Parts: sequence; structure tokens; C-alpha cells
Amino acid sequence: MSILIGRDTRLVVHGMTGREGEFHSRQMLDFGTRIVAGMTPGKGGLYALDNRVPVFDTIAEAARETGANTSCIFVPAAGAPDSILEAVGAGIPTIFCITEGIPALDMLPVVEVVRAAGARLIGPNCPGATSPGRAKVGIIPGSIHREGSVGVVSRSGTLTYEAVQAMTDAGIGQSTCVGIGGDPIIGTTFLDVLRLFAADPETEAIVLIGEIGGSAEEEAAAWAAEHLRGVPMAAFIAGRTAPEGKRMGHAGAIISGGRGTAAEKVAALEAAGIRVASSPTEIPALLRAAGYRG
Amino acid sequence: MKIQEADAKSLLAAAGLPVPPWSVARAPAEARAAAERFLGDGAGRVVIKAQVLVGGRGKAGGVKLAGSPREAEEVAGRILGMDIKGITVRKVLVGPAAVIVKEFYLGAILDRASRRIVLMASAEGGVEIEEVAKATPEAIHRVEAHPLLGLLDYQARELAFAIGLGGPHLRDFVRIARGLVATMKANDADLVEVNPLAIIRESGPEGHVERLACLDAKVTLDDSALPRHPDLEKLRDLDEEDPADAEARHYDISFIHLDGSIGCMVNGAGLAMTTMDLVKRAGGEPANFLDIGGGAKADRVAAAMRLILADPKVRAILVNIFGGITRGDEVARGLIEARSRQEREVPMVVRIVGTNAEEAGRLLEEASFETAATLDEAATKAVAAARAAGGAA
Repeated sequence: MSILIGRDTRLVVHGMTGREGEFHSRQMLDFGTRIVAGMTPGKGGLYALDNRVPVFDTIAEAARETGANTSCIFVPAAGAPDSILEAVGAGIPTIFCITEGIPALDMLPVVEVVRAAGARLIGPNCPGATSPGRAKVGIIPGSIHREGSVGVVSRSGTLTYEAVQAMTDAGIGQSTCVGIGGDPIIGTTFLDVLRLFAADPETEAIVLIGEIGGSAEEEAAAWAAEHLRGVPMAAFIAGRTAPEGKRMGHAGAIISGGRGTAAEKVAALEAAGIRVASSPTEIPALLRAAGYRG
Repeated sequence: MKIQEADAKSLLAAAGLPVPPWSVARAPAEARAAAERFLGDGAGRVVIKAQVLVGGRGKAGGVKLAGSPREAEEVAGRILGMDIKGITVRKVLVGPAAVIVKEFYLGAILDRASRRIVLMASAEGGVEIEEVAKATPEAIHRVEAHPLLGLLDYQARELAFAIGLGGPHLRDFVRIARGLVATMKANDADLVEVNPLAIIRESGPEGHVERLACLDAKVTLDDSALPRHPDLEKLRDLDEEDPADAEARHYDISFIHLDGSIGCMVNGAGLAMTTMDLVKRAGGEPANFLDIGGGAKADRVAAAMRLILADPKVRAILVNIFGGITRGDEVARGLIEARSRQEREVPMVVRIVGTNAEEAGRLLEEASFETAATLDEAATKAVAAARAAGGAA
């Protein structure tokens, strides 16, 4: 099994006919993801990706005609909240929003509507999720993965690739790798993903990759201390050298009022018995030291 | 984006909140003229406040009172040009000094954990809220605005009663509390803070009156929303901005200048922070945070190189690219191009993996760049290169 995505994923891509959407849709197809539909208003009736995938005008129609159960959003920031809400309205249970740069206040009512509908939103400003051998939704390069039993959850994009590559190079494969996004307001948190990993019989160990800003790592650490005893875990926190008060690229990566520092996060994780690597390359060794035998 | 107190006050005033009058002066003579006006209107004294985007200006001597136009001119002369935490004061705010009866704190923030706008209030006003949060967290009261309906009147009343403003100022407090949230929404701010919110005493024809007023204002704006607020973009204080920041924005590069000697060029924010951390671990100091973003092409790479080299302290450059959307060969071409135009000879260590890394490696080898296979190795090599080049890495 895997979390969030898997062999039963039936994906509809919002903005599939755009440059980014088309490029990444091809990559997803090559990885083995079942893309059942594309959605671009006004292009309904066309076929995209070398005539392999039907395009619909609305998500509701795509869901009705193809049984899509997962959506992936590549539309620009101005239209992305609307795309998320359209997917919720069409009854899509799992929604990935890759789009970067959505104003944070726009997301407050959106996450509330998603929550009330019982749907799950991953992102925005996230790279998506990959389950090697099963499916990938989003933009994580497929080549870095290896099938296995370690769950990876991260706020970052390329940093996740770095960590996953280090694991793959060390012969450690992944069950599912999830990028939750670098924005301050996101649909799915570290804690949410930890709960999903805890319930997944095929995930035997967990790697958490955090960064400065907010307190999501601390909340995850506290939960793990109570509920994930016996599960081998390792972590990495980016931004030990980040200055206070500066937004470090990601909208959510900022130390403000002395809170959200790497030191606080490392301390919270270590207090929960989770060792924190000082370089992504150390993650495999820490997993083994924590008792991972996969 | 941070904006100055005077601009933050304009946003509050536009939302109908009670903000005492003020004037901005860039020269002592302007401060004198403003003081003359406020003193003529009945103020006993005027307050002169340095306009800088850093906290702690009061402690640094950047906030002073004056009792006459001449004194205002003299005080403004001392504050203008003053250095506060590395920033030169270029303008001051002049306003009537309020007679303060009691100070409170009121702030609206975008709270990540609850995914709500949270309004915080405290009867401990006029001091840094972070200090209050550390020393007496129970003194801070908070309510979460409804995500669909906004801040409701009863929530604002609850806050008022909690901080002892249940009496004659209740209605005004509710109006101000709602105004803060409205200001936040109207301008896509992630913080709107009034500290202090004060009961001030004014003398009028019928004797003394006491009322609530916003004596200070701090607003930070969500950078992601600035494209839809061109009027707010104009509030960016270019005086306080590193000229490199404007160029970085133009090329869509995230750039933050730091104090070290090793320039960093990376794709992705998390990886860029990690690269800085590993430079530090290898015994060096990063000169900057720089994320060239996804899908960077040669021109953006060249711009990033200019930004890094504009810092005279840079003794070595570390390029770390994990190709995904970004193609390694594009970056390599950009680096080769940039180096051919470079005016200053600075050693460079390049590590490119991921999409089209092989082609990148071939191009870099032909151009005899120093390369590294892993990030750890690249950091160690860059620190060694900076030391050899005479930088106190």
C-alpha cells in the first residue's frame, strides 16, 4: 500500500494543456500514473498527450465521465483557489495543488471548505507525491526513487530530491514521498501525513524534512513521541544559518519574533527521540541507527 | 514586505480607525514646520520617531519628545542620519505627543497552526509582544476570526472584556478590532499590529475627554499578493533596500544578502538553505541565500552570478543544482557565459545533478570548472577555495 496515491489513483490534471501541465503530465504517465482526464475550460472534447487523454471543460464532467478520484492543479496563482474549490465541488477526495504564489489570505476560506467537505488538499506550493512502482502526482523527478518501505514527508522540493536520492543511493527505497508545500497556509500538515504513514502497513520507517518557520515540525515531533514509538525515524531541518525576519524563498520560511528557528525544531525532534541529520547524506545512516533494516 | 509606520498608519486611517495626525519629515526644517503646526493646534509637545523597518528604535534613541519647534528641529537633526541596527535614518515621523492614560496591545496575525486570522490583545501594551509572550503568556488573549465570516462582534467584545476595556471604550474597541482585520484583508497583510493602542486624554472646550487611539502601527504585507496591489508596491522603502534586491526581484530570484565570503547559487529554497548550512558546517560563512527558482535559463543564471559578485566580500562561489524542472545543461551554459564576462576572478565549485546532469558535466569539464559530486564535497571545496583566495571563510 501507499498513502494519498497508489495503483487506484485516477488522475485529472487541471491545466494539462499549458506548458508546465503538459510537460509534467507526460512525466507522470511515463512513471505509470493513470491519468484519466485533463481539464481546460474551452478545450473540452479535445484529446491531449498524443491523443491519449480526453480533455473536459469542467472537473465535474471529467469526474462523471472518467471516475477521476485525484486532481493535480497546475494553473496560475490567480486561478488556483478556484480550481481547488471546483475539485471539491466535483467530489474529488484528494487534491494536489502545485501552484506557487497564492496569496495566503485566499487560502483561509479554501482550506475551510476543503475540510468541511471531507476532502484532502496537499499544498499549495508543493511538489506533489510519489509512490515508486505505483504512481506519481506532481513534479518530483521519477528517476530518484526506489521501491521500498520508508515514508518521506517534506516542506521542500529540491531538498526532498536530495534526501531521496541519498536514500536511493544507499539502497533504501520509499513507500510514498510527500511534499506538503512551503507556504504558510497549507492543506495537509506534517502531522496529517504522519498519521497516514502510521496507518500504512507498508511504511516501516519515516523521514521528516522540515525547515525554519512556523511550528509544524514541533507539533509533529510531539505526536510522534506519543504515537510512533518503535517506528524508526530520522529528520533534517534546513535553515540553521538563516537570519531572523527574512523570508527565505518559501513564503512560510521565516523566523519571526525569535520563533520558528531551526534550533527549536531540532530540539523538539531530538526530545521526541528522533535524530536530526546535519546533512541530507546522513539520513540513511540515521535510519539504520534508528533500527531500520529494510 | 515591511512598510514604514507612517504608511501603516495611512492604511489604518483609510479603514476609518482613530489615528492621531502625523507628518513625515526628511530634514530638520521640515520637522520644525510640522512641530509648529501641531503645537499651534494645541499639542503640549510633539513626538519625533525614526522611520526604520527594524524594531527597538526607542531603545536606540530613535524616539524623542520636543516642546518647541526649535527643539523639534534639533531633535530631528540628531535622529536623521542616526544608525539604527545598520540602517541609516532618512526620515522621521512628527506628531502630537499624546497624554497616555493606559496602553494596550492589539494585533491581527495570520496564524499558520489554526489556519485562521487570529486577533491578539493584551493589557500589557507598549512593550514587545514577544517579551510578554515569554514572560506572561497568560496576559495575551486571542480569538480566531471565522474563516468564512471574519471577526464577529461578540469575539471582539470577549477580547475587550478580557483586557479590561469593557467600560466606556467597548464600542470603539470593537470597531478598532474589526478595523484591524478589515485592514488585513483589504491589503493582504499577514500582520497588522497596534502597539500601543492607548486610552489618551485630550482637552476640549468641555474639559477632558478620554478616547482610544492607535499610537503606533506595524503592517507587513504578503509578497505573494503584491501583484494585485500596485498601490502598495509603491510603499516599498527603496532607501532601506539593498540595490541588489531590486535586481533580484526583476529576475525573479530570491536573494538575501548575508555577511560571509562564500556566494551560493542554488535551485529551490529548502536546498538553498541547506547549502548555506553545509557551508557553515564545513567551516565557512555563506555570503547570501540565493534561489534561482525552477526552470532557470542562462540569463537568470547570469543575473544570479552578477548579484553574488557585486558583494566584494565574496571569495568563492558554490553552485548547487538538483535538476528537476531545471535543466542542468542550461545552468552550465549560463555559468560558462557568466564567467566569460566576469570582471573579478573568483574560484567557483559547481555541483549539478538530476535532469541533464551528464551534459552539464561534459560542458563544465570542457570549460575546466571545478566540480563536485555531492553537496558535502562541494561545500568543503568551496570553503577551501575561499581560504586559499584569502577570505576569512
